[in-house]
Amino acid sequence: MKLLGFAAGVAATLTLLSTPSAFAATQISWWHAMTGANAEVVDKIAKDFNASQSDYEILPVFKGTYPETLNAGIAAFRAGQAPDIIQVFDVGTGVMMAAEGAIKPVADVLTSAGMTFDKSQYLPGIVGYYSKPDGTMLSFPYNSSSPILYYNKDIFQKAGLDVNNPPKTWNEVWEYAKKIKASGAASCGYTSTWLTWIHLEAFAAWNDVSYGTNQNGLAGTDVELKINAPIFVNHFQALADLAKDGTFKYGGRTSEAKQIFLAGECGIFTESSGGLGDIVKSGMNYGIGQLPYDSDAKGAPQNTTPGGASLWVFGNKSDEEYKGVAAFFSYLSKTEVQEYLHQKSGYLPVTLAAYEATKKSGFYDKNPGRETPILQMLGKAPTENSKGVRLVNLPQVRDIENEEFEKMLAGQQTAQQALDNAVARGNKAIQEAIGN
Amino acid sequence: MDDFLNSEGITLSPRVVFPNKTLPYLLVAPQLAITLIFFYWPTGQALYQSMLREDPFGLKSKFVGLANFRKVLADPAYLNSIKVTLVFSLATAIVAMGMALLLAVMAEKVVRGKGLYRTLLIWPYAVAPAIAGMLWLFLFNPSIGSLAYALRGLGIAWDPLLNGNHAMILLVSAAAWKQISYNFLFFVAGLQAVPKTLIEAAAIDGAGETKRFWTIVFPLLAPTTFFLLVVNTVYALFDTFGIVHAVTGGGPGKTTETLVYKVYNDGFVNLILGDSAAQSVILMIIVISLTAIQFRYVERKVHYG
Repeated sequence: MKLLGFAAGVAATLTLLSTPSAFAATQISWWHAMTGANAEVVDKIAKDFNASQSDYEILPVFKGTYPETLNAGIAAFRAGQAPDIIQVFDVGTGVMMAAEGAIKPVADVLTSAGMTFDKSQYLPGIVGYYSKPDGTMLSFPYNSSSPILYYNKDIFQKAGLDVNNPPKTWNEVWEYAKKIKASGAASCGYTSTWLTWIHLEAFAAWNDVSYGTNQNGLAGTDVELKINAPIFVNHFQALADLAKDGTFKYGGRTSEAKQIFLAGECGIFTESSGGLGDIVKSGMNYGIGQLPYDSDAKGAPQNTTPGGASLWVFGNKSDEEYKGVAAFFSYLSKTEVQEYLHQKSGYLPVTLAAYEATKKSGFYDKNPGRETPILQMLGKAPTENSKGVRLVNLPQVRDIENEEFEKMLAGQQTAQQALDNAVARGNKAIQEAIGN
Repeated sequence: MDDFLNSEGITLSPRVVFPNKTLPYLLVAPQLAITLIFFYWPTGQALYQSMLREDPFGLKSKFVGLANFRKVLADPAYLNSIKVTLVFSLATAIVAMGMALLLAVMAEKVVRGKGLYRTLLIWPYAVAPAIAGMLWLFLFNPSIGSLAYALRGLGIAWDPLLNGNHAMILLVSAAAWKQISYNFLFFVAGLQAVPKTLIEAAAIDGAGETKRFWTIVFPLLAPTTFFLLVVNTVYALFDTFGIVHAVTGGGPGKTTETLVYKVYNDGFVNLILGDSAAQSVILMIIVISLTAIQFRYVERKVHYG
């Protein structure tokens, strides 16, 4: 553990050494996990902010993958070297919220810097997820995404399916997938990234069913999982049955399945809206649809919840630093900055104004699929089941769920057994994590 | 080892003494400092952490004595991970050493271009574990891998993503492949030390090639084999984290979660620091006892030329 702290200390020192000395400006460090095109967006936003004023200088530092960045932040905090701002992925939200003494709520940062924070300007589904039960916003939503459906139009055509009508319900997905496989249009009908996120967390919200007690953990940390309810069991049994003859193909625990879809092996695919870039780049003749819902669920489709990441502010920093952070966040909220972020990176805009501006500019007419995730999220006012899932140890619970799914897909257990095991093991892990 | 030092140091040679009292300590100091900083200090920290239960940020911590150890040892996932580690280490050591010995014996027989063969066979050692893992991952990727394609052609439903045995085979292949070069190097050196006269005498007495190998060459290689056994076991236990991380991430299920990988996963992904520290302490005890056993009992049976 100390070694991590040491490494973080060295990294922090190197960062300080490598920065050009700017005497007047207060430096604000920002640790992030963005790569490729998204890293360019981070650098450009930082550069533009630094050029827009002379009191503060924001210094973005890449810290590896999402879990690596979170670990680096934790280690740095323990060594007394925490950065000002850290980007933490959605699953890490519960971890950060449980660390009340380590962080400063974004709402406090903004108000103590004399700024007002008008919640109504932000997309409610996103802000709700990053707030305490009493409504205090804890972190600043930076990049948000939502799972959607992609399909390969060439494969649809070969299988004799309507290329302009993607499946709307899961039953339709199963049916289309079987047709694709049976017609020989492709070797597999359907594949998906992130089974835990798309088929459990988003599935629960979109079909308005409970993932766990205590409003899926938003109202309190003591949560009992509900994912072995019949609607989940039926859904996963269907997946397991399709996996037997390869109609459904498993790609891996995170986004590995994207390669399978890009290789043209499967006709239908569910993935984050943030994954669009690679599909566009591949030159595939693709189409986009809403995330499918369960036709047995009353009131479905409800609304989807945000994935992605948000920016957290560490505690015990100087007032001057907090003022700089507040200035940066208000710059980030500007319509033109949000518009740039949304159109360039594929993540959702966090303000309504940026959404309206993008709409007005005709961007969605040229890129029709880009509006789908926003419409999914804004569709209906969120219910107790559809504000998101928050557990102090969600990464661990996802691991458990994945392990049980893999055994199920390998034919070693039924969906009922897999989900019962996931609930039993998950509940035990949650109780241990909250100290019982 | 102790006997050797005593007899050599005390009875045979006159004792060499430094005239200066402090100089020896000064000379040893750098080594001592390194051992203290990089071994004793982290070990102490791990021991201390293993008796605490705390949140990731270290805001609340509670002394729980040996509770973390009891929890870890009662955890079926941990027992599973011990089993996985045993299978993986044994398979890796056997495959890596067997292949290396075969290649070394074959390379000895080559008359022209011996140097070229040897150089080429040593190269894989220069590849980093994670890269070796990625290489094999690509070759055996069910969608794009060329070897996976060949396996499918043979009618084998190759699927390391869901089939635990396939995942283990993939891991062992990657881990063993990387270690073959190293073993090869030592076996080549060992083979050169085998006296040619013995082999020739056996040949004249009418012993065939296989017989000569098993009755003369193999026993004379015993010190090398023993040394490599220690090195390969330690390698499979501790140096293969990069390969597991790159190839399977411990999956499918928990079928390839080795002890070292579990320490990482519990500590750095699941952020359960106490459990993770307790596991690393157990791991340390395993290594210390393993090394002690190997040198105390196995080494005695080894015949040094």
